[in-house]
Amino acid sequence: MSEQKKSFLIINRCAPYGSSNARDALDVALTVSVFEQPLSLLFLDDGVLQLLPNHNPADIAQKNLSANLAMLEMYDIDQIFVCEKALQQRGLTSESLGLKARTLNATEIADLIKKHDQVLSF
Amino acid sequence: MIFSLVITGAPYSTQCADTALRFARSVLQQGHTLHRVFFYADGVHSGSALASPPQDEFNIPQAWAELASEYQLDLVVCIAAAVRRGVLDSNEARRYEKDGHNLAGDFTLSGLGQLVEAGIVSDRVVTFGA
Repeated sequence: MSEQKKSFLIINRCAPYGSSNARDALDVALTVSVFEQPLSLLFLDDGVLQLLPNHNPADIAQKNLSANLAMLEMYDIDQIFVCEKALQQRGLTSESLGLKARTLNATEIADLIKKHDQVLSF
Repeated sequence: MIFSLVITGAPYSTQCADTALRFARSVLQQGHTLHRVFFYADGVHSGSALASPPQDEFNIPQAWAELASEYQLDLVVCIAAAVRRGVLDSNEARRYEKDGHNLAGDFTLSGLGQLVEAGIVSDRVVTFGA
């Protein structure tokens, strides 16, 4: 494993179901964590819906993504950020989320992106 | 500068596979290093040897193979994403007891660790999504 460290930012922009993006992003996040690289997750647009609690995707024969999100804590991934505007647009607040996330405005999001070495968007 | 590319969009359905190819050529022509090209999600179909586009259309897997042999590129297809979508090499075909395999010769199946390693080693990782 490399001695070198790079900070990774994974941006999640898609709803939890309907495409594989949410699951793909999460798999990458867990792998980054296994490689012990600094990691942040940012939820934008419909991606904020991934953070809602009590998913019930059994009716559409999908695996529940919440179980994977719960793994973030097990992997000590706690740098989780969410777009304030995306929450507002969907009638949500940070209290409605099933996971502790810091809300950021547009300027703070720009700063967050700028301070990471690698940005992967899903 | 050291680049790596991540391709998540399907060839032919989206333009990202073509754009990624053109970007890769430019990177190499300008003297940069391309550490790895990682095919993820629907991007895994770019590694199918069975893709048979009409003759007047671009053959994406073949174009990658040509670029790879010219510049010794590391073309890695995410194994989990690939086997789900029916892109298998001979090992996986044996493991899943399938009659055939279709991963093009210049590509290798490997895990997401290859994507993260590319991120650690490269100065820039550029994603080509849908």
